[in-house]
Amino acid sequence: MEEKSTFRTDQIMAIIQPFIVPVLAIFTSVIVGSIFLLAYGFNPIDAYSGLLDGAFGSNRRIAKTILNTIPYIFGGLAVAFAFKGGLFNIGAQGQLFMGAISAAYVGFVFEGLPFIIHMPLAVLAGALGGAFWGAIPGFLKAYTGAHEVITTIMFNYIALSFVGYLVSGPLKLEGSVIAKTPEIADAAKLPFFGTGELGLHYGIPLAILVAFIIYWLIWKTPFGFELRTVGLNPSAASYSGISVKRVTIFTMAISGLLAGLAGTVDTLGLIHHFEPSFNLGYGFDSITIALLAKNHPLGVILTSFLFGAMSAGSTRMQRASGVPSEIIQVVQALILMFVAAEQLIRIMYRLRSQEGEGLQLSSGWGAG
Amino acid sequence: MSNQPVVLEARNITKQFPGVLANDKVNLKLHKGEILALLGENGAGKSTLMNILYGLYRPNEGQVFVRGEQVEYANPRDAIAKGIGMVHQHFQLVPVFTVAENVILGSEVERISGVLDMKKAINDVRELSEYHGLPIDPTAIVEELPVGLQQRLEIIKALYRKAEILFLDEPTAVLTPQEVKELFEVMRGLVAQGKSIIFISHKLKEVLTICDRIAVMRAGKTVGEAMPAESTPQTLASLMVGRDVILQVAKDTAKPGEVVLQVNGLKSKDDRGQYALNGLDFQVKEGEIVGIAGVQGNGQTELVEVLTGLRRSSNGSVTVGGVDITNKSARFITKQKVSHIPEDRHRYGMVKSYSIADNLVLNSYYMPQFRKGLSLDSQAINKQAVDLIKEYDIRTPSAETSGGTLSGGNQQKMVVAREIGGRQVELLIASQPTRGVDVGSIEFIHSQIVSERDKGVAVLLVSAELDEIMALSDRIVVMYEGEIVDIVDAGQATREDLGVMMTGSK
Repeated sequence: MEEKSTFRTDQIMAIIQPFIVPVLAIFTSVIVGSIFLLAYGFNPIDAYSGLLDGAFGSNRRIAKTILNTIPYIFGGLAVAFAFKGGLFNIGAQGQLFMGAISAAYVGFVFEGLPFIIHMPLAVLAGALGGAFWGAIPGFLKAYTGAHEVITTIMFNYIALSFVGYLVSGPLKLEGSVIAKTPEIADAAKLPFFGTGELGLHYGIPLAILVAFIIYWLIWKTPFGFELRTVGLNPSAASYSGISVKRVTIFTMAISGLLAGLAGTVDTLGLIHHFEPSFNLGYGFDSITIALLAKNHPLGVILTSFLFGAMSAGSTRMQRASGVPSEIIQVVQALILMFVAAEQLIRIMYRLRSQEGEGLQLSSGWGAG
Repeated sequence: MSNQPVVLEARNITKQFPGVLANDKVNLKLHKGEILALLGENGAGKSTLMNILYGLYRPNEGQVFVRGEQVEYANPRDAIAKGIGMVHQHFQLVPVFTVAENVILGSEVERISGVLDMKKAINDVRELSEYHGLPIDPTAIVEELPVGLQQRLEIIKALYRKAEILFLDEPTAVLTPQEVKELFEVMRGLVAQGKSIIFISHKLKEVLTICDRIAVMRAGKTVGEAMPAESTPQTLASLMVGRDVILQVAKDTAKPGEVVLQVNGLKSKDDRGQYALNGLDFQVKEGEIVGIAGVQGNGQTELVEVLTGLRRSSNGSVTVGGVDITNKSARFITKQKVSHIPEDRHRYGMVKSYSIADNLVLNSYYMPQFRKGLSLDSQAINKQAVDLIKEYDIRTPSAETSGGTLSGGNQQKMVVAREIGGRQVELLIASQPTRGVDVGSIEFIHSQIVSERDKGVAVLLVSAELDEIMALSDRIVVMYEGEIVDIVDAGQATREDLGVMMTGSK
């Protein structure tokens, strides 16, 4: 592993450092997952090779992996962005629904619009739908102190019920047995590029572009400075004249916007209508993805790819080796656990804690 | 005193924290019936040593002896069993419990039925407090007691656990001069009964008044011992810092000009909804330092918060240079050329994980000179940092070093640099500007504050250290329970007068 390299220089270490815990967390989760597999009488090697084959075994499977990655990137960015502002957005799922239904509505309600207007309009609608749904908990936090974890969880349920009502009522495709909206207009669909089996829609370059924009926004702009200051030390933020309320609302709105895009790209690129069950789960996986990426926007691209591969490969794995695809959810849950309880990984692999931790005990006012 | 037996001894104690040698072969002896001062700057290793002697840390090397017998503590419980008691600087009390409940906490007396025997507890506490001459009402609720009595309660708690050796960690920091006198009497009474005390402090005058012997620590080592009779504040300070220090602040008489800060009938509530400021009227003119004296918790914190836009006032008005800043935002007030050195730099004054460069633009990052298009101009931010680091003597490997890794003194110099070096100032509000700061940095910060005054800046200085107020101020405002007791000329005020006023009487 990286940390055993003998010629460690400070520079190499500085680059490797952030990757150590996430990589070890994934590694450990795979090992512990194997124990589960063995306990249920499956061969772990068969299972994991089935997973790899399912994720990368052919052009079509690679395409599926990448297509799965796209909403994860947006969802992961949503959670990571809020984290940087000191907010734990559990509501990505609800914001994703609101984005998806908004995009779908604009997608099917207009007819005859040219592509150059219709598609961007639908994307914008999806982004704003999510932003609106994220801004409300932000507003509640800023002006009433209601904790965003509680409100965003509740807003997930409200969103689920609301879109459920819309697709079985006012926005339901007439004559359909299942509750879903009509198909969106061709002019609103995200176009595909690439050929044949390796066909991908434009959500993927958009996702990567947005990840870089978010990186720039957080670390290079005055707003990012405010966001990080509020996230790290809200008292110092108000001392320095930053409006913590305004930053909180904006942070949640942008986080919601990103989650909304996660729903939008699938709706406009892949599903082409809105049907709640197709968008379910992404919002919660996003939390793991963001944590595994240590809330770094570019790290989110990598961890999203990992999750995209796992979800793409798990069906194949089930078919090839008979291992239930739920085992992948177990592995994902283990990753979440090991990343969240980072200390566990540090103890297991005897990693040194971050510098100066022991020192904190002795400091404080008037200590000495 | 030294003919008395040694009750506590530390031999070659070494304690290593990651990156810091907190105690380096430290030796210390405490005799029976002695008050030993442990003197040293912040970060000299005093607290580490006490925590080792009290069983909170284990030393990497060295031994501890109690009454000649070597001990190895697993935790403070073992130390308590050996008759060691500690009064922490920050009291370890349950505010909503009574005095008696706090005393017995952790060693509750039970009746045979297993029910708590409160009657016995109250009686025990009453007897104990009378025996030691520490009167206190066992049934009083702790949060309603003044700080001096809360501290007394901490001492009683230790005595209840049969402490023979007491550690008092900066016990005078929160007391009025009168309460300090009472504490000293209590300490003398305790040693007369054969108890032994280690008094941890960085206040030279107090140490000279109360202690039988003085041990000085610097940079993790015991660097010397002194007897009060043969020492002066000057010699102790030199021993503590390792070089000669100037204890007096050199300054000329003030030449006050126009009024800059005008406060009229100011009222504000604290976090619990009580009036913390009850109608304040005062002004600060350009070129003068006005000190706010008072025991901590008499409204000083709230006053500074109201003046800097961090708390709303309910009545009255505040103007700076004729501009009304009452209940305006912190950003608006900063733009009126008001600088603020906050009392708690870790909470308000800095973001620990930010680089020094980022900390230095904490309240100016949005200004045009630090922007390039939509982005922050990191080159300009770094350039300013390099200049300020040099000008304000911030000891750091680089401008990218995170602020949290600096020593207290250098962190404070960073805050001072940002508040007076990075921009134009009309009013400087300095709250506890040298709290938790080493002597060398105190000298530097004091001279900076005086030189700002000489440039014509109006300075409002809030400090819990009466010596600091007296050394720097041109006029002194004494606060008590949210009101101004009196405003006096610094030249005419004596320590004693101020001490009396700080208790609310003129």
